[in-house]
Amino acid sequence: MHRFIIAILVSNTAGVLTRVSSMFTRRGFNIDSLTVGETESSEFSRITVTFRGDEATKEQIVKQLAKLYDVKEVEVLDRHETVSRELLLIKVKNTSETRQDILAAVDIFRSKIIDYSTDTLCCELTGESSKIQAFIELLKPFGIMEMCRTGIVALERGTNCLKSKE
Amino acid sequence: MKISGARIVVETLIEQGCDTIFGYPGGQVVDLFDELYRYRKQVKNILTADEQGAAHAADGYARATGKVGVVLATSGPGATNLVTGIATAYLDSVPMVAITGNVSNALIGRDSFQEVDITDITIPITKHNFIVKEVDKLAETLRLAFKLAKSGRPGPVLVDIPKDVQTAKCEYEREGVVLADVKAKASDEALMEAVKLIAEAKRPYIYCGGGVIAGEASDELIALADKIDAAIGCSLMGLSAVPDDNPRFLGMKGMHGRYASSLAEAEADLIITAGARFSNRAIGDKDKFAKTAKIIQIDIDDAEIRKTVSVYLGIQGDIKDAFARLTDMVEAKKLPEWSERIKVLKKEEKTVIRQEGELTPYEIIDTISELADDGTIITTDVGQHQMWVAQRYAFKKPRTMISSGGLGTMGFGMGAAIGAHMATGERIVLVTGDGSFGMNLNELATAVSNNVPLTVVVMNNGVLGMVRQWQTLFYKKHYSGTVLDRKTDFVKVAEAFGAKGRRAATAEEFETAFKYAFSQKGPVVIDCIIGRDEFVLPMLPPESSIDNIITEIKEEK
Repeated sequence: MHRFIIAILVSNTAGVLTRVSSMFTRRGFNIDSLTVGETESSEFSRITVTFRGDEATKEQIVKQLAKLYDVKEVEVLDRHETVSRELLLIKVKNTSETRQDILAAVDIFRSKIIDYSTDTLCCELTGESSKIQAFIELLKPFGIMEMCRTGIVALERGTNCLKSKE
Repeated sequence: MKISGARIVVETLIEQGCDTIFGYPGGQVVDLFDELYRYRKQVKNILTADEQGAAHAADGYARATGKVGVVLATSGPGATNLVTGIATAYLDSVPMVAITGNVSNALIGRDSFQEVDITDITIPITKHNFIVKEVDKLAETLRLAFKLAKSGRPGPVLVDIPKDVQTAKCEYEREGVVLADVKAKASDEALMEAVKLIAEAKRPYIYCGGGVIAGEASDELIALADKIDAAIGCSLMGLSAVPDDNPRFLGMKGMHGRYASSLAEAEADLIITAGARFSNRAIGDKDKFAKTAKIIQIDIDDAEIRKTVSVYLGIQGDIKDAFARLTDMVEAKKLPEWSERIKVLKKEEKTVIRQEGELTPYEIIDTISELADDGTIITTDVGQHQMWVAQRYAFKKPRTMISSGGLGTMGFGMGAAIGAHMATGERIVLVTGDGSFGMNLNELATAVSNNVPLTVVVMNNGVLGMVRQWQTLFYKKHYSGTVLDRKTDFVKVAEAFGAKGRRAATAEEFETAFKYAFSQKGPVVIDCIIGRDEFVLPMLPPESSIDNIITEIKEEK
């Protein structure tokens, strides 16, 4: 089992996310994360999908995606030539006993406090998934009230770009 | 000049070469039907009994010709009634354009009367679909729908048109027929590799799928087989690609495949697969499938390659082109041992599989096979009768076997028969069972209205025979839900619909009835009484391999 990141350039039209995500459900492929957002061109949106599987699964996913009319480009990103980031917002309990420990963790992880109340602390953290995961583990004992992760966005390093063939 | 959206739809259909559509009116397509009235000399609308029948008819029209079939339905229940028909076409890669009306843009999303989100519903069963919200996008969207339906691996495309788009006006200019995308060609490297494998092979077997028919590659396939001395077998969808009397042709293989075909495949050392997708019904347990063989897979759809079976060599490209080039590239060879082995298998087949009774399914099919012309189109429903046709009927020409392979849609055959006749003018024989016929026999009305030369052969055993067969073999004869024993009199049913009806309980009676049917211009139903414990044999139990082939079922009384 490997972890793959696939970048997909799609037409910026209504329903395109349904078409892409329904392909994954229908074919029984499990997704770890899926993000979608605008690109440099108003014609296209960019979807980033991460999943675990073997080479054959990866090959099938790429081919099935490429068959969708709204999908203009699909590429498996090379882990070593790719920068990837995820954003975490996390709210933990704020008590006089734990406050200092939480702030220390926030400092070490270069997280930011973005909301503060007498009972709660809300932090923001950007980084690779492993870093996000480690930060969450660290905060668990303090009492996580709620959290939200965006899923991964990724770009290739250097001049390599995902461009529509059309 | 500005014309209405509804008129644009019909103009575009004519522009795209469409002469017949299958449609059922309703509130949100009444404008479209008004235009169909105006253009009735150019486009014929066949009014079916329901939208499912219309979808199957459009499908039959497409399968019989390779042209794009067009079906038209209203919003809501009209659209949802298409779903089974669209899914049937999708699973068998049939080019189809389904047009649905919808409520006006302003009413969408408000659960209006007869409103349904048909584009969302049909995402997984169409190549692509559209909802056209602006009239100025209508013509280009329809053209694109035709293009997508017939490009590459064909399939259904749905276009949903809200009512206000049908009444809105815009400029329209007639254009030419859109061309399918240029087909991908197999790479030279891949074909070179195939040549090497073929040179090494001592027992080559060509596994022919529906893609050979869609890709019109029958002649090229046979030429290659002749040059490399290969045996030929096929999937259900590949039937009729190779004439039954070709000595290399062993028939369908798989769960209910012919004995010699399935065994030859299991013994082959090279399987050249063309336009087939290794369905579980065709190969059984994929981990035990063709252990001793190297597999070459050629398909126009790259995603089919290694989807199910990990093949030795995958070649994406047009089969016709690939086979023609391969035939040029390979050295001619003779494989006397393999030919001898094939002969032995064929001989064994004759002794292994037998049916007994007053009127056996094989007798029925043999009679049809003898009396029908080479161009007669056979449609089927789904179940035992379908497998008997697949095993036994001597198909002579491509596109003469029309059957729901992938989805296995009971009730497919009536609509498909009507569509196939409308497309070709040929005489049609629908072979069905009492279960399947019960599902869509309302389309007899359509066949009568249109005076379709259709012979419906009902293999009537009073049970849902295929499921019963499984219950006999694997469910301790618990015949749960499979005993019909209805009081339905199919002869009277036929007469009530305005068709003719006959009953046959012996082989002689069937022959007489069938000759009578073929002397008639309109539809005739022949109710054939067959035994309820007639089995489809051989059988490979589900998820098993050739080692588990069942050729005989001993009845303990």
